[in-house]
Amino acid sequence: MNINLTLFGQMAVFAIFVWFCMKTVWPAIINALEERKKKIEEGLEAADRASRDLELAQNKAADQMKEAKQEAAGIIEQANKRANQIVDEAKEQAIAEGNRLKAAAQAEIDQEMNRAKEELRSKVAALAVQGAEKILETQIDENANRDMLDKLAAQL
Amino acid sequence: MAGENPTTVEYIQHHLTNLVYGNHPEHGWSFARYDHYAADVQAMGFSAIHLDSILWSIGLGFIFLGIFRAAAKKATTGVPGGLQNSVEWCVEFIEGLVKDTFHGRNKLVAPLALTIFVWVFLMNLMDLVPVDLVPHLLYMLGVPYQKIVPSTDPNITLGMALGVFVLMLFYSIKIKGWGFLKELTMNPFHSGKWYLDFTIFLPINIFMEVVGLLAKPFSLGLRLFGNMYAGEMIFILIAVMFGAAFGAGAIGGGFQSLFGETFNLVYWLIVLAVVIFTCWLNMKGKLATGKTILLLIVQLALAGGLSFVSGGFMQWGWAVFHILVITLQAFIFTVLTVVYLSMAHEDH
Repeated sequence: MNINLTLFGQMAVFAIFVWFCMKTVWPAIINALEERKKKIEEGLEAADRASRDLELAQNKAADQMKEAKQEAAGIIEQANKRANQIVDEAKEQAIAEGNRLKAAAQAEIDQEMNRAKEELRSKVAALAVQGAEKILETQIDENANRDMLDKLAAQL
Repeated sequence: MAGENPTTVEYIQHHLTNLVYGNHPEHGWSFARYDHYAADVQAMGFSAIHLDSILWSIGLGFIFLGIFRAAAKKATTGVPGGLQNSVEWCVEFIEGLVKDTFHGRNKLVAPLALTIFVWVFLMNLMDLVPVDLVPHLLYMLGVPYQKIVPSTDPNITLGMALGVFVLMLFYSIKIKGWGFLKELTMNPFHSGKWYLDFTIFLPINIFMEVVGLLAKPFSLGLRLFGNMYAGEMIFILIAVMFGAAFGAGAIGGGFQSLFGETFNLVYWLIVLAVVIFTCWLNMKGKLATGKTILLLIVQLALAGGLSFVSGGFMQWGWAVFHILVITLQAFIFTVLTVVYLSMAHEDH
């Protein structure tokens, strides 16, 4: 164990190296580490925020979907109602039209019948006279018996 | 190595001798001569310098600063690369240590701790370089002595410990002022009666506190020195006992006698091929990285074990164990430095 100048040489070198390390090495690395830490923190925070935003957006989308579904359901219901209404109206109209047609046909039938009756009535006198002529084999004065014939016709 | 066939004592002494450059009373500034080493060193006295220790120490310091400065220059907030990662791991480790241990506010402590940790670690790491390699090479180049592990030189370890001690005193006085003097004189015995304090307790207190204070740097420096010196000594002793030249272990020798001189070459080529094959499997993705590392360790251990059984194996085993020691010693030196400085900052 020889203690000699090496001791002070080493002390000096030690001081210089420590000083150099303190001035140039340590701060640069520590700063870079700090900055990276901050950056990573920010990144994580941003990721958190993004996931929260995503959740919000998803909730919003779900809400809107629900709303849209409800609206659609409402529209369909209304459409069904309207369709039923249209069908009912059409039924009613058809019934009314049928009734109208029936009434018209009835009226026509009645008219026709009346006309036939009238015709029959107008011809009944002649038929009666003809019949009577055949029965009597004689000419009957139509004018002489007009009153009686009219009475007969009226009885029809 | 001293001479062609050194005796054991000569071999060990050679390994424990520094290359000395100093002011010789007769020859002026010169190296201690190989054949008059002891006399020269004695004549130089204090005005000598262990050139090997200080140069290796400075060189390792430059390696440390070079690596860390390069990493600091490239330090970005982006994804760090391999070198930067390990440097940052070191820095964060030291920062955590200082944050946990040191409660004052001082910009010097963390860089100081980092410098000590990495520098001392690198100095200790030189212990793992095979003991004969560098000294023998330099001896062949004409350098008589070479100790490549600076931390086995008490000048180096005590130099750093005294540097820490100077800082301790500086901050004690700066932070505590008169409180520091009070700490030295009024502790641990204090009666409350001034005449008792000043007559009996004062000398005892001063004596105890000064011894305690001085013990800090000396224990700091000598602990590192002692551990590293002992570790280096064991490497040297193993080398002496087993003569662990490359591949000359028992099995290596046996193989050589069986298969001829070229066996060692073939053996290492086979090992190399196996290692490369394992790496190739990993690169192809057929082997998980963890498994690959395990497999490589097993392969190398087997290969190394086979080749260096006896002396080489002992060296290897002690080196593996010594990795723990050198890391631990670097860590202890760092922690104690931080603790001592923390104590210097604590005002009671």
